[in-house]
Amino acid sequence: MKILFHYFIFPGLFFSVVIGLLLCWADRKITARLQWRVGPPWHQNFTDIIKLLYKETIVPVNVRMTFFLAPAVGLFSATLAAAILGRSIISPLESFAGDLIVVLYLLTMPAIAMILGGSSSQNPLASVGASREMKMVLAYELPFLLSVIAVIIKNAGTIQLGSIVNIQANSGANIASLSGACAFISAIFCMQAKLGFVPFDASEADQEIMGGTLIEYSGPLLAFFKLTKAVMFYTMPLLLIVLFLGKDTTPVFMILKYLLLVTIAVLIKNTNPRLRIDQALRFFWGPMTALATISVILAAIRL
Amino acid sequence: MMSLKNKALTKSIWVFHVSAGSCNNCDIEILDCFTPKFDVERFGIQLIGSVRHADAILITGAMNRKSVPLMKKIYEQAPKPCVVVAVGQCALSQHMFRDSYNMIGPLDKILPVDLYIPGCPPRPEAMIDGIRKLVKKIRGGK
Repeated sequence: MKILFHYFIFPGLFFSVVIGLLLCWADRKITARLQWRVGPPWHQNFTDIIKLLYKETIVPVNVRMTFFLAPAVGLFSATLAAAILGRSIISPLESFAGDLIVVLYLLTMPAIAMILGGSSSQNPLASVGASREMKMVLAYELPFLLSVIAVIIKNAGTIQLGSIVNIQANSGANIASLSGACAFISAIFCMQAKLGFVPFDASEADQEIMGGTLIEYSGPLLAFFKLTKAVMFYTMPLLLIVLFLGKDTTPVFMILKYLLLVTIAVLIKNTNPRLRIDQALRFFWGPMTALATISVILAAIRL
Repeated sequence: MMSLKNKALTKSIWVFHVSAGSCNNCDIEILDCFTPKFDVERFGIQLIGSVRHADAILITGAMNRKSVPLMKKIYEQAPKPCVVVAVGQCALSQHMFRDSYNMIGPLDKILPVDLYIPGCPPRPEAMIDGIRKLVKKIRGGK
């Protein structure tokens, strides 16, 4: 019963969806203000989701079950990751061993759901989007995992979120050290790519491949994907806080750190043009992997 | 529940923009609606890339023999409820191409048009005014 409450209400499905949609609104509002526009009202993203639920679902001919299952898989794994992360901040001692690995796997699932859904929708542009998404996953997972490994080495080899938070609470945040700072910079860019934000949004480019993997989705299924993106937008900064900024977990500091990370993501989004997929791949496997490798080495020699 | 549905549908209009062979003046004016001066995102109006996400299809330009089958296909691909907006004099009445050899007819002979925005090209204010009137009709009418 308690587990169900944690998964469905707080800090799982309901909470992460609400906060995620509010963050998506904040993203749109900050974007609008940067472009000297007024921007949408705060309930805009909720309205979008409600509207999508009332729309017709169009099913392309010859699609398999994956077309329907992929949105649900994406949403439920993202919310499960949100629930585990939220619990590990609220009560660090409750977390189980290896939940960091579980969260990393769960946070890859939305991208895989996009690939599955896009390629099962049998649209040529969707398959272009799916192949780009696949390359993006290959590109950003390497530096992201390397920077997570740097954190693990730094925190005495623990793969438990709760003890990472505890160690940071006792001996200072990871970002305060040289290795942590290097890993943090590369993880920020990986977060940008995981969220599908602008320099790395080639897989969903509205202007060139018309929505990419989402092109054939309409109505409630599209709403599921939009919710998945919102939950990812809620979860990724939270993961970075747990890994790098876990010194002070009182609510006020949490919210400040959180808003800082969200603002960084939105500012990167608004000040960069879209990269081609080969440029993105080169960026992640070149400078970012180098930076993450350096941070692993620095962590190994205890810097 | 009906009012929630209408409210959601009218407060978040995702627009798919098709040119059926226009001179691009109307298209430029449509894009003007999204610039800081007019900013229709205030009302939740967004341009989207795929017709599967569309709540409104904006059609500009005169309907010729090449574009009519495509327009019909696009309308069938849109998830309902979806409104069709004819933008500009060419879509409304074929304007100066009326007697041309490859014209089929005005847009409302081909698709069920919900909103007419006249002008060559219509000003952004005219489009925003038209959208307001359509929203009022949907909210009050049903």
